[in-house]
Amino acid sequence: MTEWKNTADIVVIGGGIIGVSTAYYLALNGMKNIVLIEKGTICGGSTGRCGAGIRAQWGTEMNCRLGIAALDIFEQLDQELGMSVGLNQGGYLLVAYNEKELETLRKGMELQNSLGIKSRQINLQEAREICPGLAAEDAVGFFFHGRDGHADPFLTTFAYLEAAKRLGVVCHRHTTCTGILVENNEVRGVETDRGTIHAPVVINCAGAYAQFIARMAGIEIPNWAERHEIMITEPVAPGVCPCMLMSFSGNYYIQQRPHGSIICGMSPAGHPEDFENRSTWQFIEEMSKTLVRLLPRTKGIRIARQWSGLYDMTPDAQPIIGETDVKNFYHSTGYSGHGFMLAPVAGKILAQHIAGKTPDIDFSMLDYRRFARGEHIRESNVV
Amino acid sequence: MTMQQKEHPESEEIYVCRCEEVTLEEIREWIDRGYDTVEELKRVLRVGMGPCQGRGCQDILMREIAKKTGKSITEIEPATVRPPAKPVRIGLLAEEGEK
Repeated sequence: MTEWKNTADIVVIGGGIIGVSTAYYLALNGMKNIVLIEKGTICGGSTGRCGAGIRAQWGTEMNCRLGIAALDIFEQLDQELGMSVGLNQGGYLLVAYNEKELETLRKGMELQNSLGIKSRQINLQEAREICPGLAAEDAVGFFFHGRDGHADPFLTTFAYLEAAKRLGVVCHRHTTCTGILVENNEVRGVETDRGTIHAPVVINCAGAYAQFIARMAGIEIPNWAERHEIMITEPVAPGVCPCMLMSFSGNYYIQQRPHGSIICGMSPAGHPEDFENRSTWQFIEEMSKTLVRLLPRTKGIRIARQWSGLYDMTPDAQPIIGETDVKNFYHSTGYSGHGFMLAPVAGKILAQHIAGKTPDIDFSMLDYRRFARGEHIRESNVV
Repeated sequence: MTMQQKEHPESEEIYVCRCEEVTLEEIREWIDRGYDTVEELKRVLRVGMGPCQGRGCQDILMREIAKKTGKSITEIEPATVRPPAKPVRIGLLAEEGEK
């Protein structure tokens, strides 16, 4: 067990990818005495349950900027962190099933292209060259970006954690935040089930539980948790679905990992908000039907495992990053199902800001007060 | 087996998880780095994540954690059980869903 100290310069709450990458970049930017607390085990929550996709094909300018900046970091992350993060850039193939969706995706592509993201519209024949065996005769259009793909959420989180530890970050697992210390509207530290840690800066990276942590400091954020289901097959020979095959109206994402297993998910109706990571038989039945329809040759492949995880949703499906009404109490939450893919850049820009530097990307529009002001633009490209 | 391996049995590779080809040496190395829960070892090494779902290796994994941490094996949390109980063909589920 790591030695317990009751003071720190910065406390990061949450041992998922957002908390761990934020702690790493804070240390990299010269910040000292950083303590990360996690109520369970590292990568034990939503990060370790995610679909692992990474992409720059987004529908809002902010998400596009964050997405491409994250890809830039992912592409050199093995070298930076000294451990493989399992990056595999097979591209994202987006499928449109009606004219309205085609138009939305085309506008998204134009926006992406204007920001240097080289996504393009392709036809069914080209789509089949990328994804052999694809049966999507009912589709009306396809969009592709080759730099999108997949990284291993476990390895990415642990690679950031190990690098952070080397820079002096202290990590306390099995430590639950029970209160936020606030005096004169300034944060003073955290209370935990193992004792108090006094600190002048606290960062809330608690994912679907961030809404409760915020409330401990008297801050209300409009986030809610959605349970999403997912499953994975036994490993099979490569080439079944080399890209991430995804459709917003078709409600699916499917990708074969370099390891050989095929990971896929869809949004269930209703999105239970019960904080229980339960699985249903309805999901594997519906997902199996989708797989057989889209990729008939998956019929003989066996499903090894199913599980679920929580999306930390905001009303515009874009994150909340920045300081709150309580001075030096920061948020990095509300990733709406995309925390893993945005984590490298999200951690980096918030750390730059806290270290007094100019962030690579101005994230002031991700302030949580935008919801009260009614300024949010809804992201369209979300499963 | 070569003569050299016979003389140095510790240099043999002992596979704890056959599905994901994880060795005893790798498991011990990551426990030493502080990854001393079944959940974390599973995530960092994929041990127990293959088609057998840890049926073959979880007991060995828990025993190694107990040995290294000095805890009793009853204090070591096993991994979450995730359905289906045995791998099921996608085609079978898709067809059954039609009925």
